[in-house]
Amino acid sequence: MTSIAKPQIRHPGLLKNALGLTKQDYEGAMSTLCAGCGHDSVTAALVQAFWELDCPPHRAAKMSGIGCSSKTTAYFMKNSHGFNSVHGRMPSVTSGANAANRELMYIGISGDGDSLSIGLGQLSHAIRRNVRMLYVLENNGVYGLTKGQFSAASDIGSTSKKGEANVQAPIDPCLLALTLGATFVARSFSGDKAQLVPIIKAGLAHNGFALIDVISPCVSFNDHEGSTKSYKYTREHEVELTSADYVPLRSAITLAEAAKNETDGPTTVRMHDGSLVRFRNTHAGYDPTNREEAWLHVRQCQKRSEVATGVLFIDESGQDMHAVADTVSTPLADLPYSALCPGAAALDTLMKDYR
Amino acid sequence: MNQINDFAFKMGTVNGTGSASANSILMQAIFRMGIPVTGKNIFPSNIQGLPTWYEIRVNKDGYTARPPVIDLVVAINPATYKKDVATVRPGGYLMYDSSWPLPAELVRTDITILGIPFGQMCVEAFQRDRDRTLLRNIAYAGALAALLEIEMDVIHEMLHEKFGKKKALLDLNFTAIRLGYDYAKANFACPLPFHLKRMDATSDFVIMDGNTACGLGAVYAGATVGAWYPITPSTSLMEAFKAFCEQYRVDTATGKNKFLIIQAEDELSAAGIAIGANWAGARAFTNTSGPGISLMQEFIGLAYFTEIPCVFFDVQRVGPATGMPTRTQQGDLFSLAYASHGDTKHIVLFPCNPEDAFYQSVTAFDLAERFQTPVFVATDLDIGMNDWMTRRLQWDDSYTPDRGKVLTAEDLEKMKSFSRYLDVDGDGIAARTLPGVHPKGAYFVRGSGHNKHGAYTEDSAEYQEVLDRLDHKLRVAADHVPAPEFHRQPGASVGLVSLGGCHAAVLEAVDRLRDQGIVADYMRIRAFPFADAVKTFLLQHPNTFVIEQNRDAQLRALFAIETGVARDRMTAVLDYGGEPLTARVVVNAVASHLDGARS
Repeated sequence: MTSIAKPQIRHPGLLKNALGLTKQDYEGAMSTLCAGCGHDSVTAALVQAFWELDCPPHRAAKMSGIGCSSKTTAYFMKNSHGFNSVHGRMPSVTSGANAANRELMYIGISGDGDSLSIGLGQLSHAIRRNVRMLYVLENNGVYGLTKGQFSAASDIGSTSKKGEANVQAPIDPCLLALTLGATFVARSFSGDKAQLVPIIKAGLAHNGFALIDVISPCVSFNDHEGSTKSYKYTREHEVELTSADYVPLRSAITLAEAAKNETDGPTTVRMHDGSLVRFRNTHAGYDPTNREEAWLHVRQCQKRSEVATGVLFIDESGQDMHAVADTVSTPLADLPYSALCPGAAALDTLMKDYR
Repeated sequence: MNQINDFAFKMGTVNGTGSASANSILMQAIFRMGIPVTGKNIFPSNIQGLPTWYEIRVNKDGYTARPPVIDLVVAINPATYKKDVATVRPGGYLMYDSSWPLPAELVRTDITILGIPFGQMCVEAFQRDRDRTLLRNIAYAGALAALLEIEMDVIHEMLHEKFGKKKALLDLNFTAIRLGYDYAKANFACPLPFHLKRMDATSDFVIMDGNTACGLGAVYAGATVGAWYPITPSTSLMEAFKAFCEQYRVDTATGKNKFLIIQAEDELSAAGIAIGANWAGARAFTNTSGPGISLMQEFIGLAYFTEIPCVFFDVQRVGPATGMPTRTQQGDLFSLAYASHGDTKHIVLFPCNPEDAFYQSVTAFDLAERFQTPVFVATDLDIGMNDWMTRRLQWDDSYTPDRGKVLTAEDLEKMKSFSRYLDVDGDGIAARTLPGVHPKGAYFVRGSGHNKHGAYTEDSAEYQEVLDRLDHKLRVAADHVPAPEFHRQPGASVGLVSLGGCHAAVLEAVDRLRDQGIVADYMRIRAFPFADAVKTFLLQHPNTFVIEQNRDAQLRALFAIETGVARDRMTAVLDYGGEPLTARVVVNAVASHLDGARS
């Protein structure tokens, strides 16, 4: 069973957000993933982020493919729409859903197998299309649900549980996204909720495709000595390039204060909805608005066996799929038929062109 | 034999040299003279340099199938001289470019050979190499106008419409037309025994291809999202949809588009986009051909099992594998009817011409939403890409789309709770919700095993309950899909059954068989799954012929599977070489089978 209902006992003193909802209201079914799975920590961060953003659950669509990561859409926001599609094809389904209804908040959850092998084409083209969605790639470097095969994110030399060493070069989703022109590229660690929550919020506010690669250790098949996606390895090698702080539009005072700081440098980015993302560059000379430098920094970290985290690149000037297609602001799904059918008279006139 | 307005001619040319435009001028001119006409383009999978043919059939009685006999061949391509001269009927005519001596392979004593020095005349008349090549086609159109009595006024009018804004080009075309026309008038007895005479039999018709009709149908059905990957012979369907959207779907106040077309990275993605858009409440579709249908199989199963409406246009081409991309076939029946792994069954519609394709396209969107399932509109290259004389399309402004059982915010507000897959009405169709409409409407779509509430299950009974309901739903659908069309005659001794693009040839065959004393009832299948009337017809006609364009008698096999009528009770008439069906193939097959049975 991948969905077991949770007990609905509420503490009367639970904090409520602007919608009057508690954090529990943003939880989902009981996780059936292994105890200690990194994905469950990502789930907790998502619950926190959506609760803090006051997102009406039914206005969010949780999209996924197949795999352990894709199961996690069932474990948060039980009152949201969910779509567990086919392996590696979540980006296309989300592209279509977004085409039909641009007003919903789309969050895609995928894994390294789902995204970088079977779904590499779909991921790449959703980035090129710049579909407005948050794409969380729960990256554990292994196929968990089929019990421990290497994935395309496994590092050369990283060993499997049985001791076999991976020989093929990994695909780094962040470098890939930077190359493909993604306008929001971030990396985090499932064990670092303080970093992950503001990044998720910033990604959701982004006007386009927002990729977050989350290193999320697999306790069953990839958390041993010799793995480069283990808790231990990631903790020891994580290098935070930026520390992000998300300032929502609604908090007027903070916003005014933040706006004041906007002049300080390139490290405050105003999102299209007016909210702000402030960066504290923890790495000297790092500029998250410069694509070429971002790419170089990530590569340099890699060479030093460091895992670069934080918002690595952000560009709010990009046009999303709807802007490029120049569609009406009303969701296409909401247009009345009378606005879509040319009618009998137009057809009669048109027929003259075919004589 | 009176051959006024009853003959066929064929041009054998090289593709990419401008012959297509000359051929379409010829066909359209005949149409404008009020005479029923058909054009069949037999073309290569290539951009320039390979043989291509265009057949034009003129028929006062309105038969629009591919011509069974060719009276005149215009042989312009030396590479196919041998093949082309062989297709002229005894006593017929061959026109060739006599700028060079008559090649031995064109010599036939039982036909009349008309040599016209098109190449030489064009070299003398025109300066640029490009004009000399392109206008050679217009010159042969001019010669045909003289020999067949195509009215020059009509041709002039069409050239004006085409090149009116480019005076220089117009003059060149006028010159070229006259070159051919004057030469034929001066050197041959014009007109030929078979020729044209103005009629008034086309005023209710238009010339249109099926892909245009389907694209237009999608616009009229209210589709707003189209996703596709380029593939012959389906590409022009989305191009038509795009052109019509640009014409009719731009908001006049804002200039913004009320449509979104996505050229996807592959057919898998195109299917996913169309399904996602339907899930989110738009009418959305994808269009493809056989190879694309193969790639979409997994997604088709997902839409079937999760009950998401989606319209797929399959413009069939010759398979298997890459097959012959520019040739026609009906080889996808199996892969559509039961597409995807596991137990599945799908609604498939079979339009027979562009007019039917327009209306069935609209029906497809209604059925997809009514039954919350994939619906395929299966045409083929012949319907999709050839120009058909087809009945003028009409629209009823009282039409409203059947969106099926979709719960509104008001409905949900009144409900205690919502379960996605409950069959409340007993028709196998559960009410659905659209994302974002109401908090109570949220549910989890899953391709994995689910129970009637939409929750994950691995319980046999719960899973089977859902699967059995889906089966019931498709049985109910059989009575709601377009019913078969019957053409009955008193005293019929045989039954003919066919579908799709075969229709015109079968209708003609019914008449020709009657001339031979064989009286046939004819049933045109318009959709799958089959209504009970299909089985009844098959049982009523012990002598049934199932006519289709594939090797394995796929329609006949579907009858056997779905109706229980024994396969061997039905005689398969198969034509799967990739060219449009002729009545002659049908008549010969039926007549010889009956002869064999008698002896």
